[in-house]
Amino acid sequence: MALEEAVAQIPDGASLMIGGFMGVGTPHRVVGELVRQGKKDLTVIANDSAMPGVGIGKLVTAGRVRKLVASHIGLNPETQQKMLAGAMDVELVPQGTLIERIRAAGFGLGGVLTATGVGTEVETGKRKIDVEGRTYLLETPLRADFALIEAFLADYLGNLTYALTARNFNPVIAMAATTVIVEAEHIVPVGMIPPDNVMTPAPLVDYVVANA
Amino acid sequence: MDAQTVIAKRIAQELRDGMLVNLGIGIPTMVANFVPPGMHIFFQSENGLIGTGPIPEQGMAHARLTDAAGRPVSAIPGACTFDSAMSFGLIRGGHVDMTVLGGLQVDQEGKLANWTIPGKMVPGMGGAMDLVTGARRVVIAMQHTAKGKPKIMRRCTLPLTSVRRVDLVVTELAVIAFPEGRATLVETAPGVTVQDVQAATEAELAIPARVPVMQIS
Repeated sequence: MALEEAVAQIPDGASLMIGGFMGVGTPHRVVGELVRQGKKDLTVIANDSAMPGVGIGKLVTAGRVRKLVASHIGLNPETQQKMLAGAMDVELVPQGTLIERIRAAGFGLGGVLTATGVGTEVETGKRKIDVEGRTYLLETPLRADFALIEAFLADYLGNLTYALTARNFNPVIAMAATTVIVEAEHIVPVGMIPPDNVMTPAPLVDYVVANA
Repeated sequence: MDAQTVIAKRIAQELRDGMLVNLGIGIPTMVANFVPPGMHIFFQSENGLIGTGPIPEQGMAHARLTDAAGRPVSAIPGACTFDSAMSFGLIRGGHVDMTVLGGLQVDQEGKLANWTIPGKMVPGMGGAMDLVTGARRVVIAMQHTAKGKPKIMRRCTLPLTSVRRVDLVVTELAVIAFPEGRATLVETAPGVTVQDVQAATEAELAIPARVPVMQIS
């Protein structure tokens, strides 16, 4: 599908899970097109907000993010300024908890129990549950309207593989969103990706964005 | 030898062959430079890599091979990559043998604060809370004081990272452990007296009869 068409389906106010770790594994062309089409009031769920002008940082710079759910914003001073000024709602979640909340949604679970955050600010407002002598926090599933994914290879059916550290959140968010849009470095014929190497199965993928 | 090198070299002595180790940013990253010769360490980068190697030579960087700060790294033979759920399963599940992290404050029971200074520095906790909660051994690499003020306190004034006690704190002045939840002086740095350490520490320190000197060269 053409980039403009794929992004045009995303309404203002949508919730988006966006892959990437400091911009590595982020679908940069899709994010750029979101900015170009003027999408706004977005809820973004992602590991981090990268840096000003990079990846998700572009959406932050352009003021398109109403709420950000992330584990780390330390390398994007703009996100911190907007958060402290009250211009953007930021929910900080421990990284392992964030990915498990997304995984829980995608895997049909009612939540996860984790010891991470017990006795810290993170436990505020959460149920504590003791299991076999250890205390855990109940962390609830996190889902989104769209997952925006960067893959290394996509075949015509939508089977995906990822490259090196660009995998990060991508295969997990592919499970947790209503509509999955993939930007692939290379689009290849069916059969080119050996079955054992497929990291995200094609039925999960709704759209693969054409490469140019 | 500067303070950071003293700390990194001393922490490198905690490494054992075959360990899976996660290093935080800052002084912890320097520990990788002092792995004893002949020892194989699996270094994990929480963005999804085991087998993190040195910073690549000019022109050899790969855009999709990066560390947790998004900077290019290399991967050594035998490296593997995985997604974030696996990465934090390794961390939270107790498969990481040791993590080395920076610290803002440590209290006298060994509880760490290292992720925020409310109103001033709000970087987010990233993977720190999972690492401190889940790694088998937690070692803190930090300067002993900040602008002359002790960082090893009776109680942390900053928000805690975890209620799990850290195992070891290494500074340019001393090595401190927390047996039974009590800050205990284990070693002093060369040229530093027990009194020097006490003067720079707010926490009540247990002082054994004999305190060895760090062996670093």
